[in-house]
Amino acid sequence: MNFLPLWRYQNQLIEGAIVTLELTVISALAGLVIGIAGAVALKGRITPLRWMVRGYIELFRNTPSLIQIFIVFFVLPTFGLKLPAFEAAAVALSLYFGAYSVEIIRAGLDSIPRSQVEAGQCLGLSGWQVFRHIILPPALRNAYPAVTSQFVLLLLGTSLASQVAADELFHVAGFIESRTYRSFEVYAVICAVYFAIAMSFKALFAVIGLAAFRWPRRR
Amino acid sequence: MALVEIRDVHKTFGKVEVLKGVSLDVEEGEIVTIIGRSGSGKSTLLRCINALESVDSGEIRVEGQKVHAKMPDLKKFRQRVGIVFQAFNLFPHLKVERNITLAPLLTGRIEKAKARALAEDVLTRVGLADKIDAWPEQLSGGQQQRVAIARCLAMAPHLMLFDEVTSALDPELVGEVLKVMEAMAKQGMTMILVTHEMGFARNVANRIVFMHQGRVWEQGPPAKLFANPETPELASFIASAK
Repeated sequence: MNFLPLWRYQNQLIEGAIVTLELTVISALAGLVIGIAGAVALKGRITPLRWMVRGYIELFRNTPSLIQIFIVFFVLPTFGLKLPAFEAAAVALSLYFGAYSVEIIRAGLDSIPRSQVEAGQCLGLSGWQVFRHIILPPALRNAYPAVTSQFVLLLLGTSLASQVAADELFHVAGFIESRTYRSFEVYAVICAVYFAIAMSFKALFAVIGLAAFRWPRRR
Repeated sequence: MALVEIRDVHKTFGKVEVLKGVSLDVEEGEIVTIIGRSGSGKSTLLRCINALESVDSGEIRVEGQKVHAKMPDLKKFRQRVGIVFQAFNLFPHLKVERNITLAPLLTGRIEKAKARALAEDVLTRVGLADKIDAWPEQLSGGQQQRVAIARCLAMAPHLMLFDEVTSALDPELVGEVLKVMEAMAKQGMTMILVTHEMGFARNVANRIVFMHQGRVWEQGPPAKLFANPETPELASFIASAK
Protein backbone atom coordinates (compact mmCIF):
# COMPACT_ATOMS: atom_id res chain seq x y z
CA MET A 1 0.00 0.00 0.00
CA ASN A 2 1.47 3.32 -1.03
CA PHE A 3 -0.40 6.63 -1.01
CA LEU A 4 2.63 8.71 -1.96
CA PRO A 5 2.12 8.58 -5.75
CA LEU A 6 -1.24 10.29 -5.26
CA TRP A 7 0.27 13.33 -3.64
CA ARG A 8 1.10 15.11 -6.89
CA TYR A 9 -2.56 14.84 -7.94
CA GLN A 10 -3.85 16.72 -4.95
CA ASN A 11 -4.88 19.76 -7.04
CA GLN A 12 -6.94 17.60 -9.39
CA LEU A 13 -8.55 15.96 -6.37
CA ILE A 14 -9.45 19.30 -4.85
CA GLU A 15 -10.82 20.57 -8.15
CA GLY A 16 -12.82 17.36 -8.55
CA ALA A 17 -14.25 17.78 -5.08
CA ILE A 18 -15.22 21.37 -5.88
CA VAL A 19 -17.00 20.28 -9.07
CA THR A 20 -18.81 17.59 -7.08
CA LEU A 21 -19.88 20.20 -4.55
CA GLU A 22 -21.06 22.58 -7.27
CA LEU A 23 -22.98 19.86 -9.03
CA THR A 24 -24.63 18.79 -5.78
CA VAL A 25 -25.60 22.26 -4.56
CA ILE A 26 -26.84 23.52 -7.94
CA SER A 27 -28.91 20.37 -8.54
CA ALA A 28 -30.27 20.48 -5.00
CA LEU A 29 -31.36 24.12 -5.20
CA ALA A 30 -32.93 23.71 -8.63
CA GLY A 31 -34.51 20.44 -7.51
CA LEU A 32 -35.93 22.10 -4.42
CA VAL A 33 -37.59 24.79 -6.53
CA ILE A 34 -39.04 22.02 -8.72
CA GLY A 35 -40.09 20.22 -5.55
CA ILE A 36 -42.03 23.15 -4.09
CA ALA A 37 -43.62 24.07 -7.42
CA GLY A 38 -44.50 20.44 -8.12
CA ALA A 39 -45.97 19.93 -4.65
CA VAL A 40 -48.14 23.02 -5.08
CA ALA A 41 -49.27 21.72 -8.49
CA LEU A 42 -50.08 18.32 -6.97
CA LYS A 43 -52.29 19.97 -4.38
CA GLY A 44 -53.79 22.34 -6.94
CA ARG A 45 -57.00 22.06 -8.90
CA ILE A 46 -55.60 21.89 -12.44
CA THR A 47 -56.05 18.24 -13.32
CA PRO A 48 -53.83 18.03 -16.45
CA LEU A 49 -51.03 19.72 -14.50
CA ARG A 50 -51.41 17.18 -11.67
CA TRP A 51 -51.14 14.34 -14.20
CA MET A 52 -48.05 15.88 -15.71
CA VAL A 53 -46.35 16.22 -12.33
CA ARG A 54 -47.39 12.68 -11.40
CA GLY A 55 -45.95 11.38 -14.68
CA TYR A 56 -42.73 13.29 -14.15
CA ILE A 57 -42.31 11.89 -10.63
CA GLU A 58 -42.93 8.30 -11.68
CA LEU A 59 -40.66 8.63 -14.71
CA PHE A 60 -37.69 9.95 -12.77
CA ARG A 61 -38.11 7.77 -9.71
CA ASN A 62 -38.46 4.54 -11.66
CA THR A 63 -35.58 4.84 -14.14
CA PRO A 64 -31.82 4.77 -13.49
CA SER A 65 -30.35 8.22 -12.99
CA LEU A 66 -27.38 7.20 -15.10
CA ILE A 67 -29.69 6.81 -18.09
CA GLN A 68 -31.34 10.16 -17.28
CA ILE A 69 -27.93 11.81 -17.50
CA PHE A 70 -27.17 9.97 -20.75
CA ILE A 71 -30.41 11.09 -22.31
CA VAL A 72 -29.79 14.73 -21.48
CA PHE A 73 -26.18 14.52 -22.69
CA PHE A 74 -26.43 12.22 -25.74
CA VAL A 75 -30.05 12.35 -26.88
CA LEU A 76 -31.13 15.97 -26.46
CA PRO A 77 -28.46 17.21 -28.93
CA THR A 78 -30.34 15.41 -31.71
CA PHE A 79 -33.24 17.73 -30.85
CA GLY A 80 -30.96 20.73 -30.99
CA LEU A 81 -30.20 21.09 -27.28
CA LYS A 82 -26.51 20.50 -26.82
CA LEU A 83 -25.21 20.87 -23.27
CA PRO A 84 -21.65 20.46 -21.94
CA ALA A 85 -21.08 17.54 -19.58
CA PHE A 86 -21.41 19.49 -16.32
CA GLU A 87 -24.57 21.31 -17.41
CA ALA A 88 -26.15 18.15 -18.77
CA ALA A 89 -25.46 16.33 -15.51
CA ALA A 90 -26.80 19.28 -13.51
CA VAL A 91 -30.03 19.31 -15.51
CA ALA A 92 -30.55 15.56 -15.17
CA LEU A 93 -29.69 15.51 -11.45
CA SER A 94 -31.94 18.52 -10.78
CA LEU A 95 -34.84 16.68 -12.36
CA TYR A 96 -33.94 13.55 -10.40
CA PHE A 97 -33.71 15.41 -7.09
CA GLY A 98 -36.84 17.39 -7.96
CA ALA A 99 -38.88 14.21 -8.47
CA TYR A 100 -38.10 13.05 -4.94
CA SER A 101 -38.48 16.54 -3.50
CA VAL A 102 -42.02 16.90 -4.85
CA GLU A 103 -43.19 13.90 -2.85
CA ILE A 104 -41.29 14.90 0.27
CA ILE A 105 -42.60 18.46 0.22
CA ARG A 106 -46.12 17.34 -0.64
CA ALA A 107 -46.04 15.16 2.47
CA GLY A 108 -44.80 18.19 4.41
CA LEU A 109 -47.68 20.32 3.12
CA ASP A 110 -50.15 17.53 3.93
CA SER A 111 -48.90 17.50 7.51
CA ILE A 112 -50.28 21.00 8.13
CA PRO A 113 -53.83 20.73 9.49
CA ARG A 114 -56.68 22.26 7.51
CA SER A 115 -57.55 24.36 10.57
CA GLN A 116 -54.35 26.39 10.11
CA VAL A 117 -55.47 27.32 6.60
CA GLU A 118 -58.90 28.28 7.90
CA ALA A 119 -57.40 30.41 10.65
CA GLY A 120 -55.41 32.30 8.02
CA GLN A 121 -58.39 32.71 5.70
CA CYS A 122 -60.51 33.97 8.57
CA LEU A 123 -58.00 36.75 9.19
CA GLY A 124 -58.58 37.96 5.63
CA LEU A 125 -55.34 36.63 4.12
CA SER A 126 -55.12 35.68 0.45
CA GLY A 127 -54.41 32.14 -0.71
CA TRP A 128 -50.81 33.01 -1.49
CA GLN A 129 -50.31 34.72 1.89
CA VAL A 130 -51.72 31.71 3.73
CA PHE A 131 -49.40 29.43 1.77
CA ARG A 132 -46.29 31.55 2.14
CA HIS A 133 -46.65 32.58 5.80
CA ILE A 134 -48.74 29.89 7.46
CA ILE A 135 -48.35 26.59 5.60
CA LEU A 136 -44.87 26.68 4.08
CA PRO A 137 -42.61 27.30 7.12
CA PRO A 138 -43.95 24.43 9.27
CA ALA A 139 -44.28 22.21 6.17
CA LEU A 140 -40.62 22.76 5.35
CA ARG A 141 -39.69 21.93 8.89
CA ASN A 142 -41.54 18.64 8.67
CA ALA A 143 -39.98 17.89 5.28
CA TYR A 144 -36.49 18.98 6.30
CA PRO A 145 -35.05 15.67 7.63
CA ALA A 146 -36.17 13.79 4.50
CA VAL A 147 -34.87 16.52 2.19
CA THR A 148 -31.45 16.50 3.83
CA SER A 149 -31.06 12.74 3.62
CA GLN A 150 -32.14 12.91 -0.03
CA PHE A 151 -29.48 15.59 -0.46
CA VAL A 152 -26.79 13.17 0.71
CA LEU A 153 -28.05 10.60 -1.78
CA LEU A 154 -27.77 13.28 -4.46
CA LEU A 155 -24.21 14.04 -3.40
CA LEU A 156 -23.27 10.38 -3.79
CA GLY A 157 -25.24 10.20 -7.05
CA THR A 158 -23.19 12.96 -8.67
CA SER A 159 -20.47 10.33 -9.24
CA LEU A 160 -22.65 9.14 -12.14
CA ALA A 161 -21.76 12.35 -13.97
CA SER A 162 -18.29 10.86 -14.48
CA GLN A 163 -19.84 8.71 -17.20
CA VAL A 164 -20.34 11.75 -19.42
CA ALA A 165 -16.86 12.95 -18.47
CA ALA A 166 -17.89 15.79 -16.14
CA ASP A 167 -14.77 16.64 -14.13
CA GLU A 168 -16.14 15.68 -10.77
CA LEU A 169 -14.46 13.65 -8.05
CA PHE A 170 -15.10 10.17 -9.36
CA HIS A 171 -14.03 11.10 -12.87
CA VAL A 172 -10.80 12.54 -11.46
CA ALA A 173 -10.30 9.30 -9.53
CA GLY A 174 -10.47 7.28 -12.74
CA PHE A 175 -7.95 9.58 -14.31
CA ILE A 176 -5.50 9.28 -11.40
CA GLU A 177 -5.93 5.54 -11.28
CA SER A 178 -5.11 5.21 -14.97
CA ARG A 179 -1.91 7.15 -14.35
CA THR A 180 -0.75 5.51 -11.12
CA TYR A 181 -2.36 2.03 -11.19
CA ARG A 182 -3.01 2.53 -7.45
CA SER A 183 -6.65 1.41 -7.51
CA PHE A 184 -7.06 0.69 -3.85
CA GLU A 185 -5.36 3.87 -2.70
CA VAL A 186 -7.22 6.10 -5.14
CA TYR A 187 -10.64 4.75 -4.28
CA ALA A 188 -9.89 4.72 -0.57
CA VAL A 189 -9.04 8.40 -0.74
CA ILE A 190 -12.10 9.21 -2.86
CA CYS A 191 -14.32 7.33 -0.47
CA ALA A 192 -12.90 9.27 2.43
CA VAL A 193 -13.50 12.55 0.60
CA TYR A 194 -17.15 11.66 -0.16
CA PHE A 195 -17.60 10.57 3.43
CA ALA A 196 -16.07 13.79 4.77
CA ILE A 197 -18.22 15.96 2.49
CA ALA A 198 -21.38 14.05 3.42
CA MET A 199 -20.67 14.29 7.14
CA SER A 200 -19.86 17.99 6.81
CA PHE A 201 -23.18 18.59 5.12
CA LYS A 202 -24.99 16.68 7.84
CA ALA A 203 -23.38 18.91 10.46
CA LEU A 204 -24.18 22.00 8.40
CA PHE A 205 -27.81 20.92 8.00
CA ALA A 206 -28.13 20.36 11.71
CA VAL A 207 -26.94 23.93 12.35
CA ILE A 208 -29.18 25.37 9.62
CA GLY A 209 -32.11 23.41 11.03
CA LEU A 210 -31.57 24.83 14.50
CA ALA A 211 -31.29 28.37 13.14
CA ALA A 212 -34.22 28.20 10.72
CA PHE A 213 -36.71 26.26 12.83
CA ARG A 214 -36.52 27.81 16.24
CA TRP A 215 -40.10 27.40 17.36
CA PRO A 216 -40.74 24.65 19.91
CA ARG A 217 -42.19 21.37 18.72
CA ARG A 218 -45.74 20.45 19.61
CA ARG A 219 -45.73 18.59 22.90
CA MET B 1 -81.39 46.63 9.71
CA ALA B 2 -79.85 43.92 11.82
CA LEU B 3 -76.07 43.43 11.70
CA VAL B 4 -76.53 39.77 10.83
CA GLU B 5 -79.59 38.57 8.91
CA ILE B 6 -80.01 34.86 8.32
CA ARG B 7 -82.93 33.86 6.11
CA ASP B 8 -84.12 30.29 5.65
CA VAL B 9 -80.64 28.79 5.36
CA HIS B 10 -80.27 25.16 4.29
CA LYS B 11 -77.03 23.22 4.32
CA THR B 12 -76.36 19.59 3.48
CA PHE B 13 -73.20 17.56 3.99
CA GLY B 14 -73.44 14.50 1.75
CA LYS B 15 -76.82 13.03 2.60
CA VAL B 16 -77.18 14.73 5.96
CA GLU B 17 -79.16 17.94 6.04
CA VAL B 18 -77.49 19.86 8.85
CA LEU B 19 -79.39 23.14 8.56
CA LYS B 20 -83.08 22.86 7.67
CA GLY B 21 -84.20 26.42 7.16
CA VAL B 22 -82.58 28.57 9.81
CA SER B 23 -83.59 32.21 10.20
CA LEU B 24 -82.05 34.50 12.76
CA ASP B 25 -81.30 38.22 13.22
CA VAL B 26 -78.53 39.60 15.38
CA GLU B 27 -78.57 43.31 16.18
CA GLU B 28 -75.48 45.43 16.61
CA GLY B 29 -74.08 45.15 20.15
CA GLU B 30 -76.06 42.01 20.87
CA ILE B 31 -74.60 38.93 22.55
CA VAL B 32 -76.29 35.86 21.15
CA THR B 33 -75.54 32.43 22.47
CA ILE B 34 -76.41 29.36 20.43
CA ILE B 35 -76.92 26.21 22.46
CA GLY B 36 -78.01 22.73 21.52
CA ARG B 37 -76.89 19.13 21.37
CA SER B 38 -73.95 18.14 19.20
CA GLY B 39 -75.13 17.63 15.65
CA SER B 40 -77.84 20.26 15.96
CA GLY B 41 -76.07 22.41 13.36
CA LYS B 42 -74.91 25.25 15.59
CA SER B 43 -71.23 25.17 14.59
CA THR B 44 -72.13 24.82 10.93
CA LEU B 45 -74.36 27.88 11.19
CA LEU B 46 -71.51 29.84 12.72
CA ARG B 47 -69.11 28.75 9.97
CA CYS B 48 -71.64 29.82 7.35
CA ILE B 49 -71.73 33.34 8.77
CA ASN B 50 -68.14 34.02 7.70
CA ALA B 51 -68.32 31.85 4.57
CA LEU B 52 -66.14 29.01 5.82
CA GLU B 53 -69.05 26.91 4.63
CA SER B 54 -71.33 27.94 1.79
CA VAL B 55 -75.08 27.67 2.18
CA ASP B 56 -77.13 25.53 -0.23
CA SER B 57 -80.14 27.84 -0.20
CA GLY B 58 -81.40 30.84 1.68
CA GLU B 59 -79.13 33.77 2.40
CA ILE B 60 -76.95 35.34 5.04
CA ARG B 61 -76.28 39.06 5.15
CA VAL B 62 -73.76 40.79 7.36
CA GLU B 63 -73.96 44.59 7.45
CA GLY B 64 -76.33 44.29 4.51
CA GLN B 65 -73.79 42.44 2.38
CA LYS B 66 -74.67 39.00 1.09
CA VAL B 67 -72.20 36.40 2.33
CA HIS B 68 -70.97 33.52 0.21
CA ALA B 69 -67.67 31.80 -0.52
CA LYS B 70 -67.27 33.50 -3.90
CA MET B 71 -68.18 37.03 -2.83
CA PRO B 72 -65.85 39.50 -4.54
CA ASP B 73 -64.42 41.07 -1.39
CA LEU B 74 -64.33 37.96 0.78
CA LYS B 75 -60.94 38.89 2.25
CA LYS B 76 -62.12 42.37 3.26
CA PHE B 77 -65.31 40.88 4.66
CA ARG B 78 -63.39 38.40 6.81
CA GLN B 79 -61.25 41.17 8.23
CA ARG B 80 -64.48 42.58 9.70
CA VAL B 81 -65.70 39.27 11.12
CA GLY B 82 -63.44 37.61 13.69
CA ILE B 83 -63.76 33.94 14.54
CA VAL B 84 -62.21 32.05 17.43
CA PHE B 85 -62.04 28.27 17.21
CA GLN B 86 -62.21 25.47 19.72
CA ALA B 87 -58.62 24.42 18.93
CA PHE B 88 -57.13 27.98 19.16
CA ASN B 89 -55.35 27.55 15.80
CA LEU B 90 -52.44 29.80 16.67
CA PHE B 91 -49.58 29.61 14.19
CA PRO B 92 -46.97 27.48 15.99
CA HIS B 93 -43.99 28.86 14.07
CA LEU B 94 -44.70 32.49 14.96
CA LYS B 95 -44.24 34.17 18.30
CA VAL B 96 -47.28 35.69 19.98
CA GLU B 97 -46.49 39.16 18.61
CA ARG B 98 -46.20 37.90 15.03
CA ASN B 99 -49.32 35.74 15.38
CA ILE B 100 -51.19 38.94 16.13
CA THR B 101 -49.51 41.33 13.69
CA LEU B 102 -49.21 39.02 10.66
CA ALA B 103 -52.67 39.68 9.26
CA PRO B 104 -52.81 43.43 10.06
CA LEU B 105 -49.44 43.86 8.32
CA LEU B 106 -50.15 41.66 5.30
CA THR B 107 -53.56 43.21 4.71
CA GLY B 108 -52.12 46.71 5.02
CA ARG B 109 -54.22 47.62 8.04
CA ILE B 110 -51.23 49.01 9.95
CA GLU B 111 -47.67 50.08 9.27
CA LYS B 112 -44.71 48.08 10.46
CA ALA B 113 -43.67 50.74 12.97
CA LYS B 114 -46.99 50.46 14.78
CA ALA B 115 -47.21 46.67 14.79
CA ARG B 116 -45.69 46.02 18.18
CA ALA B 117 -47.79 48.71 19.83
CA LEU B 118 -50.91 47.10 18.35
CA ALA B 119 -49.87 43.69 19.69
CA GLU B 120 -49.22 45.18 23.12
CA ASP B 121 -52.61 46.89 23.08
CA VAL B 122 -54.69 43.84 22.23
CA LEU B 123 -52.64 41.60 24.53
CA THR B 124 -53.29 44.00 27.38
CA ARG B 125 -57.00 43.67 26.69
CA VAL B 126 -56.77 39.89 27.19
CA GLY B 127 -54.36 40.24 30.13
CA LEU B 128 -51.30 38.75 28.43
CA ALA B 129 -49.05 41.73 27.73
CA ASP B 130 -46.11 39.88 29.30
CA LYS B 131 -46.40 37.00 26.78
CA ILE B 132 -45.72 39.07 23.67
CA ASP B 133 -42.39 37.32 22.98
CA ALA B 134 -43.50 33.79 23.86
CA TRP B 135 -44.02 30.93 21.43
CA PRO B 136 -47.59 29.57 21.39
CA GLU B 137 -46.34 26.19 22.60
CA GLN B 138 -45.04 27.81 25.77
CA LEU B 139 -48.53 28.95 26.76
CA SER B 140 -51.32 27.11 28.53
CA GLY B 141 -54.50 26.35 26.60
CA GLY B 142 -56.32 29.24 28.23
CA GLN B 143 -53.52 31.64 27.37
CA GLN B 144 -53.40 30.37 23.78
CA GLN B 145 -57.12 30.95 23.43
CA ARG B 146 -56.77 34.48 24.80
CA VAL B 147 -54.01 35.15 22.25
CA ALA B 148 -56.35 33.84 19.55
CA ILE B 149 -58.97 36.34 20.74
CA ALA B 150 -56.35 39.11 20.77
CA ARG B 151 -55.35 38.14 17.23
CA CYS B 152 -58.96 38.72 16.13
CA LEU B 153 -59.21 41.98 18.05
CA ALA B 154 -56.16 43.29 16.20
CA MET B 155 -58.28 43.34 13.04
CA ALA B 156 -60.86 45.56 14.81
CA PRO B 157 -63.77 43.33 13.76
CA HIS B 158 -67.38 44.50 13.75
CA LEU B 159 -68.58 41.05 14.74
CA MET B 160 -66.99 38.20 16.68
CA LEU B 161 -67.88 34.53 16.32
CA PHE B 162 -66.88 32.02 19.01
CA ASP B 163 -67.05 28.33 18.17
CA GLU B 164 -66.99 26.35 21.42
CA VAL B 165 -63.91 28.24 22.48
CA THR B 166 -63.71 26.71 25.95
CA SER B 167 -64.50 23.11 25.06
CA ALA B 168 -60.85 22.06 24.63
CA LEU B 169 -59.70 23.68 27.86
CA ASP B 170 -59.02 22.16 31.24
CA PRO B 171 -61.82 23.24 33.61
CA GLU B 172 -59.57 25.52 35.64
CA LEU B 173 -58.62 27.49 32.49
CA VAL B 174 -62.17 28.13 31.27
CA GLY B 175 -62.77 31.07 33.61
CA GLU B 176 -59.95 33.27 32.29
CA VAL B 177 -61.22 32.97 28.73
CA LEU B 178 -64.83 33.66 29.69
CA LYS B 179 -63.71 36.72 31.64
CA VAL B 180 -62.06 38.16 28.53
CA MET B 181 -65.20 37.51 26.52
CA GLU B 182 -67.35 39.11 29.18
CA ALA B 183 -65.18 42.23 29.07
CA MET B 184 -65.56 42.36 25.29
CA ALA B 185 -69.31 42.05 25.66
CA LYS B 186 -69.36 44.98 28.08
CA GLN B 187 -67.47 47.08 25.56
CA GLY B 188 -70.30 46.62 23.09
CA MET B 189 -68.82 44.03 20.71
CA THR B 190 -71.44 42.14 18.75
CA MET B 191 -70.87 38.48 19.54
CA ILE B 192 -72.33 35.18 18.42
CA LEU B 193 -71.23 32.21 20.48
CA VAL B 194 -71.69 28.52 20.24
CA THR B 195 -71.07 27.22 23.72
CA HIS B 196 -71.74 24.59 26.32
CA GLU B 197 -71.06 27.09 29.11
CA MET B 198 -74.57 27.51 30.45
CA GLY B 199 -73.38 29.89 33.17
CA PHE B 200 -71.96 32.23 30.56
CA ALA B 201 -75.04 31.92 28.41
CA ARG B 202 -77.23 32.76 31.38
CA ASN B 203 -75.20 35.69 32.74
CA VAL B 204 -73.72 37.46 29.72
CA ALA B 205 -75.91 36.76 26.71
CA ASN B 206 -78.82 39.01 25.70
CA ARG B 207 -80.47 36.15 23.91
CA ILE B 208 -80.29 32.40 23.84
CA VAL B 209 -80.95 30.50 20.65
CA PHE B 210 -81.68 26.81 21.12
CA MET B 211 -81.00 24.78 18.01
CA HIS B 212 -82.42 21.32 17.54
CA GLN B 213 -82.29 19.05 14.48
CA GLY B 214 -81.02 21.81 12.21
CA ARG B 215 -83.62 24.38 13.19
CA VAL B 216 -83.96 27.28 15.59
CA TRP B 217 -86.22 25.48 18.03
CA GLU B 218 -86.73 28.22 20.58
CA GLN B 219 -85.17 31.56 21.41
CA GLY B 220 -85.47 34.38 23.89
CA PRO B 221 -83.83 36.17 26.83
CA PRO B 222 -81.84 33.80 29.04
CA ALA B 223 -83.90 34.37 32.18
CA LYS B 224 -87.11 33.40 30.44
CA LEU B 225 -85.67 30.55 28.42
CA PHE B 226 -83.94 28.81 31.30
CA ALA B 227 -86.82 29.31 33.73
CA ASN B 228 -89.71 28.51 31.40
CA PRO B 229 -88.67 26.50 28.35
CA GLU B 230 -91.65 26.21 26.02
CA THR B 231 -90.60 23.01 24.24
CA PRO B 232 -89.92 19.64 25.86
CA GLU B 233 -86.69 19.39 23.81
CA LEU B 234 -85.25 22.52 25.43
CA ALA B 235 -86.46 21.45 28.87
CA SER B 236 -84.70 18.12 28.56
CA PHE B 237 -81.55 19.81 27.15
CA ILE B 238 -81.41 22.21 30.09
CA ALA B 239 -81.95 19.36 32.51
CA SER B 240 -79.13 17.34 30.95
CA ALA B 241 -76.75 20.31 30.79
CA LYS B 242 -76.95 20.97 34.49
